[in-house]
Amino acid sequence: MAPLVPDMISPEFDFVIAFIMGIGFGYVLEQAGFSSTRKLVGLFYGYDFTVLKVFFTAGVTAMIGVLFFGHIGLLNLEMIYINPMFVWSAVIGGLIMGAGFIMGGFCPGTSLCALAVGRIDALFFIIGSVGGILLFTEFYPAFEELYKAWNIGAPKINDVLGMSEEAFGLLLTLVAIGAFVGTSWIQDKVKGETTVITASLKRNYTIAAVAPVLIILLIWITPSKEERLLSTVESRFENNDFEGIRTMNIDKLAFELMYHAHLYNVIDVTETDSLPESIPTSMHIKLSELRKPQFLNIIKQQYKTNVFVSSNKATAEKAAILAEEIGDKNPVIFTETVSNFRTLIFSVEAPPKGANKAMIDQYRFYMNANIHLKKMEERLKNLMEPPKKEVRKAKGGCA
Amino acid sequence: MSAPKAYMNPYFAGFLLGIVLLTTIYITGRGLGASGGVKAVVQYGVEQVAPEHYNNTPYYANYKENNPGSPLQNWLFYEILGVLVGAFFSGVLGNRIALKLEKGPGVQNKTRLIFAVLGGALFGFGSQLGRGCTSGSALSGMGVMSFGGIMTMFAIFGGAYLFAWFFRKLWINKVN
Repeated sequence: MAPLVPDMISPEFDFVIAFIMGIGFGYVLEQAGFSSTRKLVGLFYGYDFTVLKVFFTAGVTAMIGVLFFGHIGLLNLEMIYINPMFVWSAVIGGLIMGAGFIMGGFCPGTSLCALAVGRIDALFFIIGSVGGILLFTEFYPAFEELYKAWNIGAPKINDVLGMSEEAFGLLLTLVAIGAFVGTSWIQDKVKGETTVITASLKRNYTIAAVAPVLIILLIWITPSKEERLLSTVESRFENNDFEGIRTMNIDKLAFELMYHAHLYNVIDVTETDSLPESIPTSMHIKLSELRKPQFLNIIKQQYKTNVFVSSNKATAEKAAILAEEIGDKNPVIFTETVSNFRTLIFSVEAPPKGANKAMIDQYRFYMNANIHLKKMEERLKNLMEPPKKEVRKAKGGCA
Repeated sequence: MSAPKAYMNPYFAGFLLGIVLLTTIYITGRGLGASGGVKAVVQYGVEQVAPEHYNNTPYYANYKENNPGSPLQNWLFYEILGVLVGAFFSGVLGNRIALKLEKGPGVQNKTRLIFAVLGGALFGFGSQLGRGCTSGSALSGMGVMSFGGIMTMFAIFGGAYLFAWFFRKLWINKVN
């Protein structure tokens, strides 16, 4: 599951990716005309809206792509970098950048493109930006308060507006299309000419406008891979469909843990933040977090059998179905609750007088299990938590 | 030398730019940027010129912590190297490579260069205060629906429109 860095692509190779993506970035910016300062500034005087068209199309394209890959379960949206928002510094910094844009005629990315094709004014712009950055870093303490004021975390705009991602995507796409039509009209007015759009171009533009809207609508109405997975789990649970899943009762589990603990992964899937006590050797992964990518290698590993336990049998059953759906070849449901296990094994009651041999044997077994498992629990106390696999959210931003 | 070729259709260019951004997000989980790459060079410069100052200033120390090793061991530094190469390629293909100065009609070279430096300085400073420029904050922010990125975008473009009137003589001939 993407993003591929750092798990599938090493951070060192990431720099090679950076260089390659930079080539694509620079190439497209220059092809679009962003190395021309007059073309860039045209946006602000109404004679050339290329910047808006390129910029908006790019943003909408990337946004729909991100939604799409998230929808089909190829991109984990929780892992990608979302710029944090510090209200004052964003607004004031943005206004200062706007002033710099209109005075200098470039932004940092476009100045690099213009430099690459030999524009001397771009070189001077870059020299200026080096100075501006140096000013900030040298006198940082003076700006620190403003820089850090009013942090509201890293919200997504759809959450701020109280709508779904799809709804915002659709809204932005429609706004973009409206802006393209509107600005083309303004541009003609300002320049006093009429741009003729040929029939074939008209057809292409229509397709280009309809396609993104359709894609978003599809994303909106079809269930995402995750939603489908969850509904499959629910319906299998409702229908008691436990195909491919075995069960284990208290005696069996106690026996297996006593003699073959190395063959089992006991996973307590109880939905709680603090688990006071569980089955010895167990790790705690909440059912709702079981499908997180960092647990996938536990679920899918083939050397141990995963036994799902919980303080409530239904949770363990759902967890086993979910595990089976995402690739566990041999999941096992513990058919009792954790507390029943602990009561039976850890508070063994002596058999009544005159008990038969079977009852005495059972008592002995429980006593034995009691000693064994208590020792085990003592030894493994610090292993109750799932292995800490550091989840590194992608770093990003420009500052 | 033949005349420069026409630019790409803006919507198609935008689509390609979106694909580059999407690919970057898909592979690395982060967006594109520009000012951060220039910043890496600035940090490197400070480290080389005044190593003692670099090591003793909290801001640089903090930067170093996030970029262990050289300040140039930075994603955006490698990315802007790519930008230079990619833009150069495109310029060659479009016959646009030329050592020249672009400016508004009737503007003196000296004026253009002074304002280029001033504008650069403001943009450089603003990008640090606002945690990213048009690429890292506005464009990449839009791709991932970041509220902060989109607000910064509005501030940048809004600011430029706000100040456009004052600097109109830099860019357009007639004052309507």
